[in-house]
Amino acid sequence: MKAQSSVQINKEWDIVGARQMGREKAKELGFGSVDQARIATAISELARNIYLYAQRGRIHVEVINDLNKKGLKIIAQDEGPGIADISKVMEDGYSTSGGLGAGLPGVKRLMDEFDILSDKEKGTTISAIKWVRS
Amino acid sequence: MELNKFDFNNYRDLLDRYILKQDESALYQAEQFTKLSMQNNILPEEFINIHIQALKELYPDLPKEICASLNFLLETMISYGLAYQEFQTLREKQGELESEISVAASMQQTLLSTTKPEISGLDIGAISVPANRMNGDYHHFVKDESNNLGIAIADVIGKGIPAALAMSMIKYALDSFPESQLSPSVILENLNRVVERNVDTNMFITMFYGFFDSKNSVLQYASAGHEPGFYYCAKEDKFIEIKAKGLVLGVTPDAIYEQFELKLEKDDIVILLTDGVTECRIGERFIESEEVLHVIRQYIHLPAQEAVEKVFKYFERIQDFHLRDDFTLIFLKKEV
Repeated sequence: MKAQSSVQINKEWDIVGARQMGREKAKELGFGSVDQARIATAISELARNIYLYAQRGRIHVEVINDLNKKGLKIIAQDEGPGIADISKVMEDGYSTSGGLGAGLPGVKRLMDEFDILSDKEKGTTISAIKWVRS
Repeated sequence: MELNKFDFNNYRDLLDRYILKQDESALYQAEQFTKLSMQNNILPEEFINIHIQALKELYPDLPKEICASLNFLLETMISYGLAYQEFQTLREKQGELESEISVAASMQQTLLSTTKPEISGLDIGAISVPANRMNGDYHHFVKDESNNLGIAIADVIGKGIPAALAMSMIKYALDSFPESQLSPSVILENLNRVVERNVDTNMFITMFYGFFDSKNSVLQYASAGHEPGFYYCAKEDKFIEIKAKGLVLGVTPDAIYEQFELKLEKDDIVILLTDGVTECRIGERFIESEEVLHVIRQYIHLPAQEAVEKVFKYFERIQDFHLRDDFTLIFLKKEV
């Protein structure tokens, strides 16, 4: 099993490719069907954000093999305009009220760990981990 | 079947029974099961998954098309699950906000509280009820050493928290004026300057200020665009609108307020109110001021406090116990 794979996001169709990649990796790692669906949805959301706000970027999927646990790490990277107010986009009801879907709070809920780094004009890197339930 | 815990086996057995017998009791238990699962924070996609697993155990040879369709269903539930979690978080947040507001409301009550003074020869009744949690109406009584009464009634255009904040300012401005200077027109002119300097131009405050000279039984008063009150003349048994022209507070720094006088005889009543009383709505219709007076007339023979409470109860009821605006009503009844 390859430890890392990635998909370039340039057009809407690429979102499907990213979902597919994440789901397959999740299946291989032994995630149950609910968690597979959650991982795919989280990737979908992150890829869609790239497509909508940064136009281009990448989704990496990485297997984590810790001593006593296994997990899947998603990294969404873009060189878009960056997020000016991270607290705001992490607020419930901020993005969803505009009908944009689950938003970043949704991604955080779907995954176990979540981190976000953003610089104005330099872009945004979001990483999220889901652990395989033992 | 004992259904006191959220358990996979329970669900499977329940499903089995229902598929075989299709009886209502299994459905009733399913309902209980759903409630239990919500208490345990089971999300919709997890619930669907329990269903899929149960079905696979009961029917190991389930057609693969059915399996695929159920996985498809599970996938569609993810967003519902997220929305459900978000809703729960927002509900918690709402609870926090509400408790914050009730702290603010009780603080406002302490800040703006006024005690009804005892003035010999004058029976005073006062009631002030906010439409929401915080009151944008304000009334205040001051008694001086010569048994005279200063009385303020004010209304901020608008209601809720901004109105309540503005009212606190009015109260402190009023407190800061020397007590010997209880001339209504001067008080309004001073207050007007305070409001003009400190309050946003789109917020208006109306106020009626009265000074009751108990020795001569004369009410001196001035109004800053406040809802006109009524004077009940006992001798003629009729209500007369208390007319007093004046600009609402805070429009221009140098507004002048004309002062008027009213001599009170035995059983005469001065009725002061805010527009929460006169603009009370029944359905889509505003009530007419004749109706207000008609209601007031039914209770004027009662002691002042009881009368204002009865009038309030009447209007509360015809508005289906849901006030549209803050409601303040004051009766000053001349006893001797």
